[in-house]
Amino acid sequence: MARNSILGVFAKSPIKPLEKHIRLVVKCSNQLIPFFSACSEQNWSEAAKVRRKLSKLEQDADALKRQLRLELPGGLFMPVDRADLLELLTQQDKIANKAKDIAGRILGRKLEIPESLQAQFNAYLARCIEATEKAAEAINELDDLLETGFRGREVELVEKMINQLDAIEDDTDTMQIDLRKDLLALESELNPVDVMFLYQIIDWVGDLADLAERVGARLEILLARK
Amino acid sequence: MDILLNSGSTLVIIAAVVGLFMAWGIGANDVANAMGTSVGSKALTIKQAIIIAMVFEFAGAYLAGGEVTSTIRKGIIDASFFVETPELLVFGMISALFAAATWLLIASALGWPVSTTHSIVGAIVGFAAMGVSVDAVTWSKVGGIVGSWIITPLISGVIAFLIFNSAQKLIFDTDKPLQQAKRWVPLYMFLAGFVLALVTIKKGLKHLDLHIGTADGYIYAVMTAVLVALIGKIFISRIKFDESAALKTHYANVEKVFALLMIVTACAMAFAHGSNDVANAIGPLAAVVSIVDNGGQIAAKSTIAWWILPLGGFGIVAGLAIFGHKVIATIGSGITHLTPSRGFAAELAAACTVVISSGAGLPISTTQTLVGAVLGVGMARGIAAINLGVVRNIVVSWVITLPVGAALSIMFFWMMKGIFA
Repeated sequence: MARNSILGVFAKSPIKPLEKHIRLVVKCSNQLIPFFSACSEQNWSEAAKVRRKLSKLEQDADALKRQLRLELPGGLFMPVDRADLLELLTQQDKIANKAKDIAGRILGRKLEIPESLQAQFNAYLARCIEATEKAAEAINELDDLLETGFRGREVELVEKMINQLDAIEDDTDTMQIDLRKDLLALESELNPVDVMFLYQIIDWVGDLADLAERVGARLEILLARK
Repeated sequence: MDILLNSGSTLVIIAAVVGLFMAWGIGANDVANAMGTSVGSKALTIKQAIIIAMVFEFAGAYLAGGEVTSTIRKGIIDASFFVETPELLVFGMISALFAAATWLLIASALGWPVSTTHSIVGAIVGFAAMGVSVDAVTWSKVGGIVGSWIITPLISGVIAFLIFNSAQKLIFDTDKPLQQAKRWVPLYMFLAGFVLALVTIKKGLKHLDLHIGTADGYIYAVMTAVLVALIGKIFISRIKFDESAALKTHYANVEKVFALLMIVTACAMAFAHGSNDVANAIGPLAAVVSIVDNGGQIAAKSTIAWWILPLGGFGIVAGLAIFGHKVIATIGSGITHLTPSRGFAAELAAACTVVISSGAGLPISTTQTLVGAVLGVGMARGIAAINLGVVRNIVVSWVITLPVGAALSIMFFWMMKGIFA
């Protein structure tokens, strides 16, 4: 009977699932903090446990991503462009994938962050994860954006958040440069192969912030259209 | 001619039963369209929706249903063709009712969104053009009616767009949306009350023998509207807001104010629906009764028998009381991402358009007008996702309904001619 009525006209909103997706993604990348603290204590069984949890969250995010794509066929009339929305979803999902890659690589090689770099690395990691949290905060404004018809004060509010996100990302870039420099000074004392992978891990952690910034950029494009 | 004198009362009873059945079908099916947005946005519970629908559908049918009934009764067909054979008009009108009711039943069972208005207009045109003569149809009038089907969704879309944008400007895009909502929502209530009261006073009360002058009419309408707004204001001041909620959830509090407004627009929608759609069931019945009562004379100017409008109203109310519950429950459980601030804009625009059309005697489709209004809100970027496939189905349904209604009506017409003549 629902098809017979006016309510069939209203399709399922993609906005709530999109917000839920980024919350899952952030929860997933947040697992890296307990993960690295377990690693620094060389508690590999605990690290493996955290990685399993992280991996589970990544799978949940993947499932939600797939479901959202299926529920977003063409022929929907939406206030935002469908392609932009799907692109935003893809970017969000990449954050979770990256977090999983980082945990997998570290655990696979039982790679240790050199003692003297640990405090610096943890600050760097925390800042990168902060970028993903900021991105999630901006995405979670989408339902309020819908309330206000995607214009006016609410848009300004979101733009301010995106600017903050950019600032955090800039910050992580500086931290990354410092971290690399200090690693360079230590290089001779370390196993060369480990050093290679350490550089890679530093890169990947930085990617979390880069990807978060890209989520912000996609959100901006989404708002700019129409 | 003899047939009307011998079995006149039988024919009236048949027409009344089919008319009642049709009204019942309208109540059972269309109530979802009239009340669905209110229930879907959780502004009303199912029980509240049913009660509002019962009261206001009946009021709309009884107070403002007369003009459209007249159009259906004598606007579509050129009565001069039936002066010699009034029984054909009686058979035709009964067949048209049969056809529309049958089509409504089939379509409902199959889950197709059809318009009762389109089926009855198609049916009347069908029997007159094919069963009698192509010239028996007042084509200019039919052209106007069909034209209105295209124009009214457009108009209601534009009104919805403007209402939604005004709400954005006045309430949402401000520093203190909640205060602004408390201030401006009564104005929208005033608007809804004014349009309804004005159409009722200007067009509806005629057949109740209440004649109110133009100036007086406006004064009474304004008074009614002010009363509605005042009552609304009292209720708004009594809403319990979540004061602890920070800036984050202030829109949730704003929506609570709009939920109250939606109760008003739901009343307006039920009233509008009753005023326009009751005619689909009782227009043909009124024609039959008028001919039989006048002993075969097709009176150009005759009032509708006193019992016909209440009968239609009763039929609609019975339909929604018995089946409306089930229909609304089905849609109420569906996931609808529609907040009261969007629903009100769509409902208010649709209700205004339908009530004004009713006043002008135009039988239009309530559902299509509402769809037009929803698209208008969508254009203003207010709705998360609109299913264009369903919109297309609704549009296609009226293109199909016209020929089907016509064909069924011709079939029943020949059958009745075979039985009685």
